[in-house]
Amino acid sequence: MKMIVAIIRPDKLQQTKQALARVGITGMTVSDVRGHGRQKGHTEFYRGSKHQVDLLPKARLEVVAAGEQVEKIVEAIVANAKTGQMGDGKIFVLPVEDSIRVRTGERGGEAV
Amino acid sequence: MNSINPGDTAFVLLSAGLVMLMTPGLALFYGGMVRAKNVLGTIMHSFFILGMVSVLWVLFGYSLAFGPDVGGFIGRLDWLGLRGVGQTANADYAASIPHLAFMIFQAMFAVITPALITGAFAERMKFSGFVLFTGLWSLLVYSPVAHWVWGTGGWIRQLGAMDFAGGTVVHINAGVAALAAALVVGRRKGFGSDTLVPHNLPLTVLGAAMLWFGWFGFNAGSALAASGLAASAFVVTNLAAATAAVSWAAAEWIHRGKPTTLGAVSGCVAGLVAITPASGFVAPLPAIIIGILAGTLCYGGVLAKWRLGYDDSLDVVGIHAVGGALGAILTGIFASRAINPAGMNGIVFGGAAQVLGVQLVAVIATIIYSFVVSFILLKLVQATVGLRVSEEEEETGLDLTQHSEVGYAI
Repeated sequence: MKMIVAIIRPDKLQQTKQALARVGITGMTVSDVRGHGRQKGHTEFYRGSKHQVDLLPKARLEVVAAGEQVEKIVEAIVANAKTGQMGDGKIFVLPVEDSIRVRTGERGGEAV
Repeated sequence: MNSINPGDTAFVLLSAGLVMLMTPGLALFYGGMVRAKNVLGTIMHSFFILGMVSVLWVLFGYSLAFGPDVGGFIGRLDWLGLRGVGQTANADYAASIPHLAFMIFQAMFAVITPALITGAFAERMKFSGFVLFTGLWSLLVYSPVAHWVWGTGGWIRQLGAMDFAGGTVVHINAGVAALAAALVVGRRKGFGSDTLVPHNLPLTVLGAAMLWFGWFGFNAGSALAASGLAASAFVVTNLAAATAAVSWAAAEWIHRGKPTTLGAVSGCVAGLVAITPASGFVAPLPAIIIGILAGTLCYGGVLAKWRLGYDDSLDVVGIHAVGGALGAILTGIFASRAINPAGMNGIVFGGAAQVLGVQLVAVIATIIYSFVVSFILLKLVQATVGLRVSEEEEETGLDLTQHSEVGYAI
């Protein structure tokens, strides 16, 4: 089992979710985060004082799936979240030790 | 009852309502500019003042401000608890409306003035210290200055200074007290280094809109009659607000490359502040000049804060002290007896230099008295109840630490 963590542009979230649904992934967790890699931030002005903002809004998607599914998930995300500009984001793949369904108590691969 | 004019009475009562609305408007204007963890604490300052000062005014404040004169300095307590203030008119102040109507109109001014100061100590004031300071300030600073400028026998009134709706009594008074507060309370943790940014500017814009709307009551209502003068004050009020909003935005556009929403609403408030003393004395075209000067100079005043290093969190000094002084001085320049025969002609209309001189005396006297007494009161509260929250409380935020509440439960 693996967890795919993808940090992507917030306005690509909708499209990416739909693409994941098309490859059979319907369970996920999404959070609003802030971050940056090499993308430059922006400047805000409040009554003449300047504030440099380097942490930019991003969307974080977490999907847990069987190892065999990882490639098609990654491809779906990359294809739909990409714009070609800096700030498109990153995807990380992590190992998952166990997974439990709260409603039934099922564990392991069945509970993903 | 013969002298009571229904039109005038209706107008003044409604104007009192409009001015009342300015205090919750101020609460939102300030509230949107602080960080989310302090939004309720900031709003609470204004709202609590609306409660506390409304009562103090009726019990003591009104009599101290407008009661029979003692030495040109203060009113006697003859009207304690509104004794003698009834439904008939008081010809000294407003001959065609019930005395109670005049009193309640003035009450709303007494309320909003200390509320203005709260912007200077936003995000770090201890609530109990704030209550004690504000209550004392209302009686020991607001009422005396109001007496000098508007009370019968008041020494500044006797000099002939022109302050139609409170450039000195309200704006310089609050603005200078704000400076004293910023200095005594001290800077916020993280001032100058951290990003202390507004959390909800739409709320600030809503507040500014309520202020602009309410200011029609503040200025036009000060005619104390449903008259041509009220119409004139209404018009110049709108013009100054509008011009100043555009001017501040333009100044920012040139200086920083972008006009901001916060700049536009700050400009509008600066214009409203500056036109306040002048509103019943100047014509529309001078009001445009007043607006342009207020929008640009107050923008500069706000920038000066950074150079001078004091933490006036919400720019009360830059807008109210600077704007109020500017307005009072420009009144001495642009006032015209053609607009208001009860006033004098300003320099531009052939007035003597003395006219401007008297305006300056009013400005300087207010600055000195307000600063000194406010400073003393702040030190007094600091030494007894305490003025400032602890560092940890400041970090957690006023909403939770002072009020056990959270502004946004999302």
